[in-house]
Amino acid sequence: MAALLEVSNLRAAYGSTRVLHGIEFVLEESSITALLGANGAGKTTTLRALCSMVQTSGEIRFDGRRIDGNATEDIVRLGIAHVPDGRGTFVSLSTEENLRLGAYLRKDKRAVKQDFERIYSYFPRLKERRYQQAGTLSGGEQQMLAVSRALMLRPRLLLLDEPSFGLAPLVVREIFDIMRAINQSQKVSILLVEQNAAIALDLADHAYVIETGRVVLSGRADAIKQNDAVRRSYLGY
Amino acid sequence: MTPASPETAPSSVPRKPRVIALASLLLIACALPFVVNNYHTFQLTLVLVYAIALLGLNILTGYTGQISLGHGAFFAIGAYVAAILMDKFGLPYWLTLPVAGIVCLAAGFFFGLPALRLEGLHLALATFALGVSMPQLLKYPRLENWTHSTQGIVIIKPDPPFGLPINQDQWLYFFTLAVALAMFVFGWNLLRGRVGRSLIAIRDQPIAAEAMGVHNALYKSLAFGVSAMYTGIAGALGAIAVQFVAPDSFTIFLSITLFVGIVIGGLASISGAVYGAIFIQFVPNIADQISRAAPWAIYGVFLIGFIYLMPVGVAGAIDITWVRIRRWRKRGRIAI
Amino acid sequence: MDAFLDQVLAGLATGGIYASLALALVMIYRATHLVNFAQGEMAMFSTYIAWTLIEAGVAYWQAFFLTVAIAFALGVLIERVIVRPVEQAPVLSVVVVFIGLLVIFNSLAGWIYTYTIKVFPSPFPEEPVRVGIHSFSAHQIGAVGVTLVVLAILYAFFRYTSVGLAMRAAAQNPDSSRLVGIRVAWMLALGWGLAAAIGAIAGMMVAPTVYLDPNMMAGILLYAFAAALVGGIDSPGGAVLGGFLVGVLENLLGAYVIVNEIKLSVALVLIIGVLVVRPSGLFGKIHVTRV
Repeated sequence: MAALLEVSNLRAAYGSTRVLHGIEFVLEESSITALLGANGAGKTTTLRALCSMVQTSGEIRFDGRRIDGNATEDIVRLGIAHVPDGRGTFVSLSTEENLRLGAYLRKDKRAVKQDFERIYSYFPRLKERRYQQAGTLSGGEQQMLAVSRALMLRPRLLLLDEPSFGLAPLVVREIFDIMRAINQSQKVSILLVEQNAAIALDLADHAYVIETGRVVLSGRADAIKQNDAVRRSYLGY
Repeated sequence: MTPASPETAPSSVPRKPRVIALASLLLIACALPFVVNNYHTFQLTLVLVYAIALLGLNILTGYTGQISLGHGAFFAIGAYVAAILMDKFGLPYWLTLPVAGIVCLAAGFFFGLPALRLEGLHLALATFALGVSMPQLLKYPRLENWTHSTQGIVIIKPDPPFGLPINQDQWLYFFTLAVALAMFVFGWNLLRGRVGRSLIAIRDQPIAAEAMGVHNALYKSLAFGVSAMYTGIAGALGAIAVQFVAPDSFTIFLSITLFVGIVIGGLASISGAVYGAIFIQFVPNIADQISRAAPWAIYGVFLIGFIYLMPVGVAGAIDITWVRIRRWRKRGRIAI
Repeated sequence: MDAFLDQVLAGLATGGIYASLALALVMIYRATHLVNFAQGEMAMFSTYIAWTLIEAGVAYWQAFFLTVAIAFALGVLIERVIVRPVEQAPVLSVVVVFIGLLVIFNSLAGWIYTYTIKVFPSPFPEEPVRVGIHSFSAHQIGAVGVTLVVLAILYAFFRYTSVGLAMRAAAQNPDSSRLVGIRVAWMLALGWGLAAAIGAIAGMMVAPTVYLDPNMMAGILLYAFAAALVGGIDSPGGAVLGGFLVGVLENLLGAYVIVNEIKLSVALVLIIGVLVVRPSGLFGKIHVTRV
């Protein structure tokens, strides 16, 4: 299977502070790949670089075509949906309006309606609060909303930035179960950035560990999980 | 296109040529009224008047970063104070200046107090409102006895003192020149020292400034007061020179003219006040001959053009040119 | 009592004009968080364009809609060409550009059309409308009606259309908006276009009453600012409500408390008062600035 996403020699900086020093990884179509690492390693920056939200140099290929340097809005149009850290909810708009925005690029009204139904079946709590102002939702609900908004795009690739952050374990499990379901039923590829390596390795097929802007370890998720030495030295548990 | 601050760097013009330049300028300034006719002398007097007003506005906008689109109002207050004192109370013209100054200091300080909480666009909006409503306020019927409402007040031009062998226009010019010099020196001392640095700190990093012990609120209101005082004294001088005040001379367009002056001349620059004053005094004179609308079209185009191309204003451009010249001369020396 | 009612109703009529211009101001503020000082002059200039069309023989309503379209295009053009480069610049640069635009439009109108006042037609009948013992010009009522129609259209646009939603999103959260594919830059231009169009409508409603002249909008702009602030600078409904409130207040204060001659100072006091006491106005949202 061809790689959906290929990143080579990715460098990024915030102003004069360099954060990424040549990231390399691939993501196979329909797989779930995790980017792990400690705080400040550069995981979030990597995701933002994929969407042209930071200054980058290097090569990013999506479906074989280079997308580095494209505008964020154009990258989205290729089918890449990014759930940013902090969720990026439109706090003053209603839950439903947030979801409608997720479907902004889509022309197929009937399919969009079906997707609404599907999302509400995954997350009944969102349906209950559909007219409520999104900023008043709880942390877990906002995360569900953020993920749902991304799903409304019917993306080929879903970028998730620290979805477990600040959430209760049960809520995290709920969201991750749905991620697995979506990946299996609709073949949505997922690139998952997580500080919580344990749950990420449970979900992912492959994993890369990033340390101070470089990839220091890569391999199959289950292999890394079972390798005590690797786990302890790279992931701290 | 950030309006830069050339004032924080040590002046790029080396000391000795600078002193010589200033001295020769002063000499020329004193000689001018004897070389040109009365009308031109009058125009030069107005340039000095505007220079003082612009220095006032610069203290506020250039140094403190608070935008005022209503300084014409303080100019008007100063002008009317002078006119009323001379017309109603027979005060000698030179005495009206300190009174106008104090009145405007207070007015500016008190306007600055509620305005303290406003930033950027909101403050611009509030001062804009002040500038637009000023003519109406001057036409307030209850004040009619003093202001003569729409008819305005006529002032008699003062005679030169001690029987000096110069005419009225020339005397007025030298009087204004003296006041201008005094105010520029005072302003220079103020802004180069601790006060100036505090103001710049408030402008650029207000929270850090507060944390370092600069009383933002006090300084900001004071800045407003001092700025208004300068513009008010300019207004008084202007009234005396023009010999007439009327509400419709002080519309929002006066405030805009002053604003144009500091943008063109150079924000946060003392010499910029002079360049700006020359611009706003002479451009309308020349452009008026093309059409009534032309001066304003030029103002508009220059405003936008300058903010894109020369945000540091004329003063800043001169500064940068000096730096380049020095660098070029230094390079020449090393090559040898 | 009748005189009081007269003042209130007349205030509502002028309030309608303030409301329209205030709507335009709010439109730009919502999209860009900027206050467009040149809004009044742009509206005035658009009205001159309408006048030119009418003088050339175009029927009123055709000229009206054509002008609205031209104003829209002009607004988009100005945003893309002149305002875009300074949108992220310090406030002072933005103010300079806006004042520059104000002055250019004012002088352009003066230069092309001279300063002699011109008569601008009203689409509404001449005969006054009588309600009991009060009579109002049909134009005043018509102008209020037009304002309300514009407001209703805008409301529907923002609430129910996808572009409207995208504009609201782009104004609130440009980063997230890009992540759903919204071209934020174009949303801003659209905001300016809409504002210019609304301003043109306001200008065409006010011109029959005060006669067309380059300085016609200066005072009205101030009232519109006051109205927008009172209602909440990011609330269209608030702007309209604010407009009517300011109109009525202006008339009542002018008749009973202060003299007519200094009515404009009502706007001044309102502006400063609102900014200091309650910057978000009646219906606006309170913005917290991060330290």
